[in-house]
Amino acid sequence: MKIKRPAMAGTLESSDVQIILEPNPGSGIEIELNSDVKTTFGDAIEATIRQVLDEFSVTDAQVTVHDKGALDFVIRSRMQCAVCRAAEGKYDWGKEDPNG
Amino acid sequence: MAKSELMRTSLYAGGTSPIKMIQAGFYNEDCLVYDLEDSVSAGEKDAARFLVYNAVKYQRPENKYILIRVNGIYSEYLDEDLEAAVRAQPDAIRIPKVEYAEEVKRIDKRMTEIERKAGLPVGQIQIWCNIESYQGVLNAREIATASPRVAAMALGAEDFTASMTAQRTKPGWEIFYARNAVLMACREAGISAQDAVFSDINDSEGLQTDLQMTRTLGFDGKTCVHPRQIDTVNACFTPSQKEIRNAQRVLEALEEAAKNHTGVCTLDGGMVDKPMELRARCTLAKAEAAGIKMGGQTK
Repeated sequence: MKIKRPAMAGTLESSDVQIILEPNPGSGIEIELNSDVKTTFGDAIEATIRQVLDEFSVTDAQVTVHDKGALDFVIRSRMQCAVCRAAEGKYDWGKEDPNG
Repeated sequence: MAKSELMRTSLYAGGTSPIKMIQAGFYNEDCLVYDLEDSVSAGEKDAARFLVYNAVKYQRPENKYILIRVNGIYSEYLDEDLEAAVRAQPDAIRIPKVEYAEEVKRIDKRMTEIERKAGLPVGQIQIWCNIESYQGVLNAREIATASPRVAAMALGAEDFTASMTAQRTKPGWEIFYARNAVLMACREAGISAQDAVFSDINDSEGLQTDLQMTRTLGFDGKTCVHPRQIDTVNACFTPSQKEIRNAQRVLEALEEAAKNHTGVCTLDGGMVDKPMELRARCTLAKAEAAGIKMGGQTK
């Protein structure tokens, strides 16, 4: 998917994460991570972000992350939502279906 | 799937707030309903769908019956809600504002299509129908048996009274018929009957009074609007030690009569009949499901 426009998902509430995705044509993936637990969980958070981008085949994006102690499923959810919004595309829920 | 078959309490957790969704897993409700409908604004439907899907798939609370309430049958969100919800594999999908059996059949068919595509077991996910209008109440019997997936019906009193142009009151006489109609349809179909919410979270006395009606009529559970209602509602549907002992005595008396080949069985001067036996067995089954040892100690 191609990031077409800036988009945001998530909030700054405790246990949530706010993700801002912007186009970054030809410059690859750049991640700016702000988190109180960056020292301990920064690598894990970034790994989840990269994994979701990879699942959507996003190759160029500027990602700004404001983490408020989100669990992995929350980071994944907010990323998926941000990518769909930024790419102006619908999520294909059946993309991993064996009988699709 | 949930280990427990208890359905005394169900609590809604809005699909927009991760912290509320996480916290909801730590309360004592038997059934946890992740909501995509009323608690989610139109602009956040997509975000809530992802959050609920991933919560159920990757962060599912143990020992709870997990439901996802999807958007309305005629809403633009329903199909994508079902695509996500079925693949998340909750114990049940809760459908709001059901009015006709045909609606349930359509959703059952759609769920089956998604299950087949996704390579999931067909028919494992159950359906709870929210009955929230006079039309739904009038068609409750057909709705209850519209699909083998239907495992429960729940009365939604606020929308029901609105459809009746009635006033919602604490004594609840305006929903008395609806409660009975839904309950009887559930009993006929052999499914769980869930009572309407008691909306005033600050009126614990009112909740107790309302629960007396709920339990006296024979409901199996009640939806809670706030976590603080959970323990009170659970207690209402959990047999007391006195009720357990009475039930045991009824069954002991019947056993004794069978041993002695006595045609008629009495207890405390009254005849023990079939309905008493049925009630006694039901009480002990509820106690067992709630983890109460018959001696009075919890497991």
